[in-house]
Amino acid sequence: MEPIIEFRNYGFQYTAQAEPTLSDIDLRIFPGEKVLIVGPSGCGKSTLAHCINALNPCSRPGTSTGSLTVGGLTPEEAGVFGMSKIVGTVLQDTDGQFIGLTVAEDLAFALENDMVRQEEMHARVDEISGLVGMRDFLRRAPGELSGGQKQRVSMGGVLVDDVKILLFDEPLANLDPATGKDAIALIDEIGREQDKTVIIIEHRLEDALYRSVDRIVVMGDGRIRADGPPDEILCSDVLSREGIREPLYLTALKYAGCRVRPEDHPASVTTLEIAPYKDAIAGRYGGADPRVPETGGEEILRVEDLTYAYRPGEPVLKHVDLSVRRGEMVALVGKNGAGKSTLSSLICGFIKPAEGRILLSGEDMAGLTVKERGERIGLVMQSPNQMISKPMIREEVGLGLAARGVPEEEASRAVEDALRICGLYPFRNWPVGALSFGQKKRVSIASILAIRPDLLILDEPTAGQDYRHYTEIMEFLKDLNEKTGLTILMITHDMHLMLEYTDRAIVLADGECIADTTPARVLTDPEVCAKACLKETSLYPLALACGIEPPDLFVERFIALERGVRAAQADKGGAA
Amino acid sequence: MNRMISYEAKDTPVHRLSGFTKLVFFLLWCLTSALTYDTRVLLVMLVLGIVIYAVSRTEWKQVSGVLKAVMLFMVLNLAFIFIFSPYEGVKIYGSRTVLATLPGGVAVTAEQLFYEFNVMLKYFTVIPAVFIFLVTTDPSEFAASLDGVGVPYPFAYSVAIALRYIPDVQDDYRRIRDAQQARGIDMSAKAPFLERIRRVTSIIFPLLFSAMEHIEVVSNAMELRGFGKHKKRTWYARKPLKRADIAVILGTVIFAAAALVITWADGERFWNPFLTRLP
Repeated sequence: MEPIIEFRNYGFQYTAQAEPTLSDIDLRIFPGEKVLIVGPSGCGKSTLAHCINALNPCSRPGTSTGSLTVGGLTPEEAGVFGMSKIVGTVLQDTDGQFIGLTVAEDLAFALENDMVRQEEMHARVDEISGLVGMRDFLRRAPGELSGGQKQRVSMGGVLVDDVKILLFDEPLANLDPATGKDAIALIDEIGREQDKTVIIIEHRLEDALYRSVDRIVVMGDGRIRADGPPDEILCSDVLSREGIREPLYLTALKYAGCRVRPEDHPASVTTLEIAPYKDAIAGRYGGADPRVPETGGEEILRVEDLTYAYRPGEPVLKHVDLSVRRGEMVALVGKNGAGKSTLSSLICGFIKPAEGRILLSGEDMAGLTVKERGERIGLVMQSPNQMISKPMIREEVGLGLAARGVPEEEASRAVEDALRICGLYPFRNWPVGALSFGQKKRVSIASILAIRPDLLILDEPTAGQDYRHYTEIMEFLKDLNEKTGLTILMITHDMHLMLEYTDRAIVLADGECIADTTPARVLTDPEVCAKACLKETSLYPLALACGIEPPDLFVERFIALERGVRAAQADKGGAA
Repeated sequence: MNRMISYEAKDTPVHRLSGFTKLVFFLLWCLTSALTYDTRVLLVMLVLGIVIYAVSRTEWKQVSGVLKAVMLFMVLNLAFIFIFSPYEGVKIYGSRTVLATLPGGVAVTAEQLFYEFNVMLKYFTVIPAVFIFLVTTDPSEFAASLDGVGVPYPFAYSVAIALRYIPDVQDDYRRIRDAQQARGIDMSAKAPFLERIRRVTSIIFPLLFSAMEHIEVVSNAMELRGFGKHKKRTWYARKPLKRADIAVILGTVIFAAAALVITWADGERFWNPFLTRLP
């Protein structure tokens, strides 16, 4: 059989870059195959994808070496329009790529551009909307859809063209865990039923492997590091070498001293032959005492009977009670639209509760303005670009203090302290523009720390970050929490984050608080997970398969080990 | 959440018209209002505007915020006319009826007041037209209509795209404003006006940077789905012109023509009530 995509000794260099982003790429993908391409940020996986759909070099100029054919065409010659008939690309930003004003128009967008007649277009949109399960939402605007629904529309929008190849660029990036699972399932279904070649680019390996793939291609530093069946890739050490997080159940097996073999099908926790490893696991995780969650200091935040509705009769939050103690690191989780952001807006005072009270260190905050609350509660937004407004780092970090009229000397001391804590002191006189995304994130955190709040609220602190950057940000926050005793509340979709870095998870579903306990217990409770659109940790089925009771203790023990390993790594890193 | 000045689907005669019709009406209406200073014409337009506004069932809350801003601007405009050109009316109407003298020797004349009254009327004729156009025109159908009258479709579509992303930008704006306010940058009415203007920059820059991130995604997504491939494109949401549309367009053209004829019947843009009182 002829490959549908063939890279031969291919290289690509952006005009704006001094070094090639891709080199020595040899890759063949056959019709009907489903291939997962993984690699850390900056490894070139998106560049590779955009060479297939001809955005490189047609939209972002660059030069290529070697050869690339896709469906018998050379992308560079066929151009973006030519390739769009063969390759359907779904970008990671489900919101930004929703171009139409309604679902129907977005689905029809490619047809409109191809001058398809209106009646034909209406029929085709009807058909495709059925295929992606959006027929009942045709008149909806993007603002009225969930992330998962938007992604369905994006898929439909490329399927109208009857493409041969579906290319997904980080399809999980903006979705809550359960929706991500649905997306992977839908990709799988459509790929098989419509007989498409499917390429998925992701760095969240475990989530992407929720449905089986034929091959995993591992990229690192612009090259292909490994290319093989999932079972083999998962048993090699290429993933950890390239900084890609392996599935948790495999890490658990490794900690138990097991060497996993490909013939035991480790690609999924459901296919894994557990018998050879059972004893080792039971031995490793069976005995030791679980970590006792610390209760923390005095109560710093208390939310009582909080109710809020944007529209009368449709409460987003219903009688929510919760409490956070000084020094805790707490995760606030739940599906999109469950009320997490509303809760943080209420705490910060952007909106006023319909009922209920919010107490900070025992004091009712109802009378305080946003600014006054801001002195005690710091909010860090998801993207640092949403916060940074000054060209220089020092100015940006000092902005809050300057606005409060803090005397210069005192302000400058606070700014320098914050910069030091965030490891930015050496850059204090740099322009913000010279920093990487992770460093900018730190600037946005430093600018809040300078105000010296008692409580830090972070909205999705690791969204869109690969494993290395994720670890960097989270280790930094953990350090901050341990060294300064700062209380941290994180709104997150990341189940790993909540398991590994928080003491407690507060779970919101449909405006109600449905669980408030250790992350391990939340993620081993199928009912809570289903209700809140969370994803059970893969350690749960592993615990069940190995007969370890109760499963959350198994998870606790694993996390304790994991933290130990990390601390050791951090020490080594620090020493080096 | 309710957004200011955005399309709301309702079933009224105004909503049922094609976007093209409403565009023609809007343009001719504003042109007429801009050209004429004939008080009679302006008063008729004012009444008609209010009637159409009522027919479109536009609610107060849809427009109140923007209306207040426009009112503020209007008051400033009227004040500045008086300050910088207190005898404009005297020049225009060729008479001088002093009603009072302000400290500093500036005379308040009936002519000046009448002139400024006309300027105010112009505001009040244009405002309902803008509101009606914006809140009753389905944006997607509007782009199709623009294309239909020969506006190149990349331009027509860019209007639709702007409308598509306005709610996103508004949300972004709100989020950024809230977060900056929490940092201590006071955007509330408590802060002095100039200080507030200065502080708005602490929202504008993050907003711009966030928007720039989106723009690349949007343009890639559009290109990947063939936008700009052909000289023409078809429209999923196009509404063909119906009889009512033709009637409204013809009516508007006739009205505009008549209004301008009446305005210039006496040889100038201004209708002069002071002239008749002269002996």
